[in-house]
Amino acid sequence: MRNIWTIAKREYDNYFNSPLAYVVALAILLPLGIYFALIMWVSAEQAFYGGGAPESTAITWLFVFLMVFLSPALTMRLLSDEARMGTLELMLTAPVRDFELVTGKWLGAMMFILSVALVTLIYPIIMNNFVSPGIDWKLVISSYIGLILVCSAMLALGVGISAIFTNQFAAFFVTLGLFFFLWFMIGLPANLLPTGGDVLNYLSLSTHFSQNMNNGSMTLGGIAYYLSLTALGLFTGTTAIEIRRWR
Amino acid sequence: MIKVSGLTKDYGARRAIHNLSFDAQQGEIVGFLGPNGAGKTTTMRILTGYMPPSDGEAIVAGYDVVEESLEVRKRVGYLPETVPLYQDMVVFDYLKFMGDLRHIPNVDSRVNEVLDMVGLLNRADGYIGNLSKGMKQRVGLAQALLHRPEVLILDEPTIGLDPGQVVEVRQLIRDIGRERTVLLSTHLLYEAQNLCDRVLIINKGKIVAEDTTENLQARLIGAERVIVRVRGEADELADTIKQVKGVRKVETQDDGAVEFEFASGKDLRPEVAKQVIKDGYDLLELRPLGMSLEDIFLELTGNEAKKK
Repeated sequence: MRNIWTIAKREYDNYFNSPLAYVVALAILLPLGIYFALIMWVSAEQAFYGGGAPESTAITWLFVFLMVFLSPALTMRLLSDEARMGTLELMLTAPVRDFELVTGKWLGAMMFILSVALVTLIYPIIMNNFVSPGIDWKLVISSYIGLILVCSAMLALGVGISAIFTNQFAAFFVTLGLFFFLWFMIGLPANLLPTGGDVLNYLSLSTHFSQNMNNGSMTLGGIAYYLSLTALGLFTGTTAIEIRRWR
Repeated sequence: MIKVSGLTKDYGARRAIHNLSFDAQQGEIVGFLGPNGAGKTTTMRILTGYMPPSDGEAIVAGYDVVEESLEVRKRVGYLPETVPLYQDMVVFDYLKFMGDLRHIPNVDSRVNEVLDMVGLLNRADGYIGNLSKGMKQRVGLAQALLHRPEVLILDEPTIGLDPGQVVEVRQLIRDIGRERTVLLSTHLLYEAQNLCDRVLIINKGKIVAEDTTENLQARLIGAERVIVRVRGEADELADTIKQVKGVRKVETQDDGAVEFEFASGKDLRPEVAKQVIKDGYDLLELRPLGMSLEDIFLELTGNEAKKK
């Protein structure tokens, strides 16, 4: 456990050395800020005509949606670069288990995303001040737990794919392709199939978050789905590192 | 401390090392000599737990490198040939990170101690990426020494260092080698000679010779070769030297110097010197010529190498 923390801490610090991480943070926070301003403005206009209060879940949804495209950039070099630079040899000859290395990398990325997510908590707080009698905090908690679970799954899969490649751009595009498929495409044929559509919907990266958690309903199936993907990603990474040893 | 038996490693169809067996005791510095691609790095990577062997067994610091890899890795300090380092980290932070992974108590003071040992204390706050090759090499060495390992495995530890640093690093290795086990690879014979207690010569994945450097040299050439240089014209110097009994293979070089050999164990240099002076020459130089690794290799690998 201690090794996982040591590796995660280094990786977290390292994000603040890399321009890429700032770009990713900016690419999340800037659209979120603009979007927030817009929904506040539109609701204020509509409130005049008796429209509804602004939804805090719009922010978390956009965050997760942007992560589909941006999280591959955060994970692409985590292990591929170690292999390319040869520093993997350092890690693999240090008294660190392969899964500790992979999990440490994932935790470092998680900590970075959690820091960015923490900043976005300002939006529900601002919103709360403008809405009477205040916003539904249970909904906010549910959507942020959902956000953390989706990010956890995405970053774990990204780390797993990064362990397979030596080239970070290969890792980036494969991760992006996978997320694109899991988010947009896997659920598409669900309505066309006579049976089994539920399974496809269950496998979609977006369903559990967009339809349930971001609407205030934590489902066991959803939690299990994201945690399974996290485990799958970390397992893939560990296996890929072990295969590297044997080659 | 290190016990290797029947170690074999295949990369696909290519056999990198074949049935390697050797051992190294505590307090011993063992040199691994061989040309590029001989299997030195492969062997070291197996001993450090980086990768498992295809066959055979290796016990390092009392633990099996495959079955108890983590225990081995705790007790081994390793400087890889390529000296991989996190270029975007500060020297001190990097060593502290590696120390944390090894659960070193009071890691800050130990890092300073090790930085002092390798002479990099004044660069502790600098980025690794900005260091010269020799300094990076020393950061790598500091990392290998950090946890006071029982076994130190160094792949080409002095490559890229300037002559002053080479002397310092060799002294450092010598000091460590008194109490611990050091296995180092090199392709410089003189380095092996003045650093190692014992040398393993490896070629094409097999050990072709194993002995102390002195014995190896003596066994291989059975003779010592000496060069003589005098002031001024020396047309008949060769004849003068030939008068000394026991001298063989006297050859005059283009620049007038003369080389000769005598059977090892019976130093003929004083006799030659007396004869040269007696014949009225001003003796400038009388120097033994060491045998280079290349020469030893040509000997050991026989016809195969001569064909090249």
